[in-house]
Amino acid sequence: MTGNDLQSYAPLLLHLTLAMALSGVLVLLSSLVGWRRPSTTKSQPYECGITPTGDAREPFSVKFYLVAMVFILFDVEAIFLYPWAYIFRELRWFGFVEMILYIGILLVGYFYLWKKGALDWNRPAVRRDRAS
Amino acid sequence: MNEFASQHPILVVALPKIVVLLLVLLTSLAYLTWFERKVVAHIQSRWGPYRVGPHGLLQPLADGVKFLFKEDVTPAGADKFVYFLAPFLSLSLAITSIAVIPFGPKEFTVFGQPTPLAITNLNIGLLVLFAITSMGVYGVALAGWSSNSKYPLLGGLRSSAQMISYELALTMSVVGVILMAGTFNLSEIVMSQQGFHWGFLPRWNLIGGPMPQLLGFLLFFTAAVAETNRAPFDLAEAESELVAGFHTEYASFKFAMFFMAEYSSMITVSCLATILFFGGWLSPFPQTAAFAWAHYIPAAAFALAGLALIFYGIRYLTMFGRVVLPVLGVVLGALALLFIRPGVTEFVQGPFWFLLKVVFFLFVYVWVRGTLPRLRYDQLMGFGWKLLLPLSILNVVITSLAIVLTQR
Repeated sequence: MTGNDLQSYAPLLLHLTLAMALSGVLVLLSSLVGWRRPSTTKSQPYECGITPTGDAREPFSVKFYLVAMVFILFDVEAIFLYPWAYIFRELRWFGFVEMILYIGILLVGYFYLWKKGALDWNRPAVRRDRAS
Repeated sequence: MNEFASQHPILVVALPKIVVLLLVLLTSLAYLTWFERKVVAHIQSRWGPYRVGPHGLLQPLADGVKFLFKEDVTPAGADKFVYFLAPFLSLSLAITSIAVIPFGPKEFTVFGQPTPLAITNLNIGLLVLFAITSMGVYGVALAGWSSNSKYPLLGGLRSSAQMISYELALTMSVVGVILMAGTFNLSEIVMSQQGFHWGFLPRWNLIGGPMPQLLGFLLFFTAAVAETNRAPFDLAEAESELVAGFHTEYASFKFAMFFMAEYSSMITVSCLATILFFGGWLSPFPQTAAFAWAHYIPAAAFALAGLALIFYGIRYLTMFGRVVLPVLGVVLGALALLFIRPGVTEFVQGPFWFLLKVVFFLFVYVWVRGTLPRLRYDQLMGFGWKLLLPLSILNVVITSLAIVLTQR
């Protein structure tokens, strides 16, 4: 019963539905069962006891976007490696050489990123002009 | 309804399996918290939970009830819908990912239908597993953003950046195993690890195949610890700087749900490590006449544990313990007797070794947490991008080279 047909995905869907129902019930229960005595102080965002200043939805470091972009680049590589690994025993030397070329090209980009400091968390991603 | 059931026997069989698996999973989640607190306590020369039930055995239940009856505080500026969506997504995806894990080789019958020891046996099981687990980052990022508070925002950003960084190393470190097995089906990956070196050393992927995946395993487990946001990579909830990270503003059972999701993904990752590198349900002993006694190890282990519990339990400190512990011991002993029966002995081999290996990995998780200090954030990102990623690419190249060279 190794499922090649779509039918073997049905139990997965059923499992997901049950898991979602369970989590939904838990979320509802937590807001229904517990007691409630709301107050303005209680619903303030937590800032270690100090009165919160300003909105929390402030601009944050652009580094996080950079990480996300670099992630997409290498994740595509990983996704491409999977089907290659699947049929590698049929491709043999041809597959090996092709993948070395592909990884080589990616590694050039990787070392460029490294040189530019995109992988260093402490340095700014792009060097600013001295004037600014 | 009957007509529907007769047309779709696969669903009729799956439903009881799913219900049982979810119940077992939720119970083991609860007791994993107990296990972790106990082990960490003993590492630090403490007793850990001791008061609620004998040796704190009822502590998880007490915690659950307490979580349920706590006031559910929602922060003032929170985006209500997303705020409720985040724990829902985290938990439901975390407990779905266990559906593709096969626990043993034997089929058993439910309502006259033979069915594998897994919810479903997909031929792209590994891909489905990664697809579901990588969705977990949404729960963290949305929880951090929706709370409208500064600590959760920073914690959520940090941990989503961390999770996607280590996901690369995680997915790449598995490529070596796929190269050797040539399949995405988790059962077939386990079956590809059969056999023994020199008659006694199992050819699990860790030490077998054209290229032993020792490096792959180390990369996989390191990345998995980071991916599940556990110490020493638990920057998302670094108490000393971020209070509790992305779930700072969550209270009552929604807070507990993030923990359930975390522990559930710990279990899934341990199952995956077992399947990919440690031969899944395969026994470490050869199936030869000289090792026939190995079939009785599950029964012997349960019998010994049961006897120990009975003898320890009757002299326990409290009256309650003097009743509960021997009863537990008798249950274990009865299971041991059941395991000796001819048909059952063969059936329990797979699940027994599988779960033993999973428990070992869970112990390693807790052990690592009790031993290593937390990394700094720039060290963490540097470690992932500059060490794990190149090493996992190197592992792919070496493994494929070894396969090409040994192939005839």
